[in-house]
Amino acid sequence: MTSISMTVNGRPISAEVEPRTLLVEFLRENLHLTGTHVGCDTSQCGACVVHLDGAAVKSCTMLAVQADGGAVTTIEGLAPAGRLHPMQEAFREHHGLQCGFCTPGMIMTAVDMVARLGTELDETTIRENLDGNLCRCTGYHNIVKAVAAGAHAMNPAALAAE
Amino acid sequence: MNANTASNVTPIGAAVRRKEDHRFITGKGRYTDDLHRPGEAQAYFLRSPHAHARIRSLDTAEAAAMPGVVAILTGAELAEDKVGDLICGWMIHSVDGSPMRMGSHPALAKDTVRYVGDHVAVVIAETLNQAKDAAAAIAVDYEVLPAVSDLAQAQAEGAPQLHEVAPRNVVFAWELGDKDATDTAFANAAHVIPIDVVNNRLAPNPIEPRAAIGDYDSGDDAFTLWTTSQNPHLARLVLSAFVGIAPENKLRVIAPDVGGGFGSKIFIYAEETVCAWASKRVGRPVKWTCDRSEAFLCDAHGRDHITHAELALDPAGRILGFRVKTTANMGAYLSTFASSIPTYLYATLLSGQYDIPAIHCHVDAVYTNTAPVDAYRGAGRPEATFLVERIVEIAARTLKMDSAAFRRLNFVTSFPHQTPVIMNYDAGDYAASLDKALELADYAGFPARKTEAERRGKLRGIGLSNYIEACGIAPSAAVGSLGAGVGLWESAEVRVNPTGNVEVLTGSHSHGQGHETTFAQLVSSRLGIPMDQVSIVHGDTDKVQFGMGTYGSRSGAVGMSAIVKALDKVEAKAKKIAAHMLEAAEGDIEFKDGRFSVAGTDRWLGFAEVALNAYVAHKFPTSEIEPGLKEGAFYDPTNFTFPAGCHVCEVEIDPDTGVTQIVNFTAVDDFGVVINPMIVEGQVHGGIAQGVGQALMESVHYDADGQLVTGSFMDYTMPRAENLPSFRIGLTQTRCPSNPLGIKGCGEAGAIAAPPAVINAITMALGTEDVSMPATPAKVWQIIQAWRAVAQAAE
Repeated sequence: MTSISMTVNGRPISAEVEPRTLLVEFLRENLHLTGTHVGCDTSQCGACVVHLDGAAVKSCTMLAVQADGGAVTTIEGLAPAGRLHPMQEAFREHHGLQCGFCTPGMIMTAVDMVARLGTELDETTIRENLDGNLCRCTGYHNIVKAVAAGAHAMNPAALAAE
Repeated sequence: MNANTASNVTPIGAAVRRKEDHRFITGKGRYTDDLHRPGEAQAYFLRSPHAHARIRSLDTAEAAAMPGVVAILTGAELAEDKVGDLICGWMIHSVDGSPMRMGSHPALAKDTVRYVGDHVAVVIAETLNQAKDAAAAIAVDYEVLPAVSDLAQAQAEGAPQLHEVAPRNVVFAWELGDKDATDTAFANAAHVIPIDVVNNRLAPNPIEPRAAIGDYDSGDDAFTLWTTSQNPHLARLVLSAFVGIAPENKLRVIAPDVGGGFGSKIFIYAEETVCAWASKRVGRPVKWTCDRSEAFLCDAHGRDHITHAELALDPAGRILGFRVKTTANMGAYLSTFASSIPTYLYATLLSGQYDIPAIHCHVDAVYTNTAPVDAYRGAGRPEATFLVERIVEIAARTLKMDSAAFRRLNFVTSFPHQTPVIMNYDAGDYAASLDKALELADYAGFPARKTEAERRGKLRGIGLSNYIEACGIAPSAAVGSLGAGVGLWESAEVRVNPTGNVEVLTGSHSHGQGHETTFAQLVSSRLGIPMDQVSIVHGDTDKVQFGMGTYGSRSGAVGMSAIVKALDKVEAKAKKIAAHMLEAAEGDIEFKDGRFSVAGTDRWLGFAEVALNAYVAHKFPTSEIEPGLKEGAFYDPTNFTFPAGCHVCEVEIDPDTGVTQIVNFTAVDDFGVVINPMIVEGQVHGGIAQGVGQALMESVHYDADGQLVTGSFMDYTMPRAENLPSFRIGLTQTRCPSNPLGIKGCGEAGAIAAPPAVINAITMALGTEDVSMPATPAKVWQIIQAWRAVAQAAE
C-alpha cells in the first residue's frame, strides 16, 4: 500500500492505496465520486475525463499515485453546490446528452477545450477537439452545439452580464 | 381558488428541456456500477480463449487458495443447483415444419466452449483484482476443436459442427411470401436486377458497459438483481420461469439509470444470471461490471447477413417481383430474441415503400463459433432497408432513370396497403417526405456541386434512402401466431396523490430516450398540471407491476398509449367525484385545462381539489365510488406502426486517400405525432451516426480460427465527432391511425435509413456498385486504384 494525498474538488484527501489503483478507481471506489465513468479499457472513450491541476486527463490511464500532491476536479466539483457551470447548463439547454453516461467526460473535456482555445469555438475546432470522447447516443450534433454555447457563456463578458 | 391554468402546462409538441438531465450533468446519475451492497464480493469471469474446445479438465484448487477468493463456480455447480439454460423466446419453424434447432446454452459451460469469450468459470473474490489474479491461476485443459467463424462456410460439407441438434449448423431454413407468384413475376420481367450484399456485423457498444449485482436475502429467501437492462420485467420472467433462479415473487429486478442499450441490453445474459444465482450460493451480494474488452467478446452483436437478391421490372421500371435469399449468422448460441430478427423483423419489410406485387424470401439461419447475434438498433429492418434501397438504386441506374423518379414511380400511394409479406401499411405519404428531403438537400443543385468538386479533384456523390420500418411492436395475438413467446403490450399505472401531483409507473424503460420528460409532458397536457408535478417511475419490478420494456421504437406508440388508457380511467373516476362535489350530474361534468366544470355554468373545481377529495372521501358515497385515485391499464396495439421517410447523403471522396467525407446529411421522417421534437431530433441524430458508422467504419471481424480481431475501440472504429457533419432534419406527418396519440416511433430510423444513403452516394461517386460496408478509406482507395490502372492500360 502507498500513501497519497491530493485535493479533490477543493477538499484535502489522504489515503492508502494499492500502487496499481487507477485514479478513476480511487475516485469512484474510495471517494464515491461516481460521476466519473469508465466506458473502455484502452483510453479511447473519454467517459473518465477529470481535471488534474487544471488540465483534462483520462483518469483511467493514470494511477492514483501519479496524482499524488495534485488538485483533481471531477464533474461533481465543477460548479459550487446548488449551481450549474455554464457548460453543464449548455448541455441541458441544447440537449447534448441522452443516456448521460459519456456526459461528465464530455463536459470536463469541453471546459478544458475552452481553457486551451478560448470561448469562441467554431464547429470544426470543437469536432476535432472532441476526438478523445465517444458518444453513442447523440451523433454529436447537439454536443457540438452545446460546447459552442457553453464556451461562449464562459466568456468573462457573458459571465459578468449574468 | 388556485387553479392550474393552461399557462403552466407543457403541451404535446413542445421542445421542453429534459427533466432527467440535472442528475446526469452533475454526475448524480445512478448506474448499476455506481451502486454497492453491504458485504458485496466482486465477480470476474474466466472466458474461453478458444473459439471451439472441449474442456477435458478444470482445476480450480490453486486459484481457490489465493488471497481474497470467496468461491470459484463452474458449470458443475450450476448443474448441481439445477440452474436452467438461457433461452431464445421466439420459435421459428423451418419450411419443412420442423421447429428451430436450439442448442443448449448454459450460463457457465458444461463441457464445451463455442466462442472466444464463452463463460468457463466465475471467480468471486473480495476485490476485482484478486478475482482476476485467481482467474489467471485456474488450470483448464482444453481439447481445441476445429472452428467455423465464416458465415459463408458454416453450412459447408465437413464444416465443424457446433450443436448436435443442428446438423450442418442450420438453426432453421425459413421462408416468407409466395414463391410461385414471384417466379411468375420474374418470368414476365423485362429487366432483372441482381445484387449480392453483405450486411456487416456490428458491436452495439453503448458507452456504459453491462453490469449486475445479485443480492440474496436469506431472511426472506428472496433475490434482488440490479442490472443494466432495457426490460427488467422480461429479465425477471426469464430468470424465474426458464432459468429457475427464484419464483417471480421472490425475485426483484431493478434497472436503474442505464447508459444506452441499442438492443444489446434487452437480452438475458450469462453474467447477470450467475450474479443472482451465486449470491445465494456464496451468501453475499455478487457484483460484476463488464470491461470494454469483455463487451466486445460477449455482448450480442448485430446484423451479419449474406444475401443474394433479384428485382423483376417491367419495361417502364415498375417493380413486378422481388426474390431474396439470405444467410443469417446467429453466432454460437441463440440469444433471447435472435431468431425473430432475420425473419419477422426482416423479411416483413422487404416491400419497402414500394408497391411490389410478389415477394419471396428464404432465410437460412446458422450457428458459427462467434458471439451470439441478436437485435441491434433497427434489428432486421436495417438489413431489409439496405437491401431494398441498394437494389432499387441499382435498378434506377441500370434503367438510366433518376433515382427519385424511379422510387416515385413505385411508391405505395393508397392506404391501407397490404404487402405480400404480412405487413399492412396503415398511413403514410412517401412522396411528401421525398419531396421535402430533396428540397432540404438541394438535390437539384447537386450537378453543379459535383462539377465544382471535380474542379478541386474530388469525387462527389448523392444517395437516397427511402426507408420504412415496423415499430410499436406489437399486437400480441399477431406476434403470438408468428412464434413470439410473450405478448408485446405495455402497462401503465397513474397514481394521483392527495395533493394533486402524479406518479406514473410504466413498463417502458428509459436508457437515454427521455421518458421522464415526454411521458410527463403527456400527463401535464392531459391533466392540466405542471410537468414538475409529474414523476415517471420505471425500471423496478417491485414498483411497476409488469412491462415489456423499451426496444423497437415502442415506448411512444405502445408505452404512452397505455398511459393514455390509464389517464382515461383517472379522468372518468375524477369526474364522478367532481359531480358529487359540485352537486351536478356526472354527464354534465367537463374536464379541460385542469378544471372539472359543470357544463354551461361558471362552477368548477381544480384537479388538485378533486384529487384531495378522492382521498378524504367525505363528499361522495364510498359504497358507489371507492376512495382514492389510481388507475392502471394494459394497452395491446392493434397494428404495427410504420414510420417512414427519406434520408439523403452527399459525400465527397478524396481519390488520393480514399477518405469519404459526408458533406451533407438530410433526414426527413414521418413519425406521426411528435411529443417533443427536440428529443425526436436527438434520436434521429444518434441513429444516423450509428448508420454512418455501419456504412463507413464499423465491422466486427473474426479471423479464420474464430479469434476476435476487433476487440477494442482501438481496432473497432466508432464514429467520432470529426467523422460526422451537423445534420439537416425535417419532419412530415401522417397520423398513425392505430393508437390514440397517433405516434409511430422514432428510435431506429436513422440507423435503418443511413447505411444505404451513404453507400448509394459512394457508389455514385465511384461509378461502381461493388462497394461493401464498411466503405473504409483503404477499400475505397483500392477501388480507385483499380480503375486508375484500367484507365492507364487503356491509354
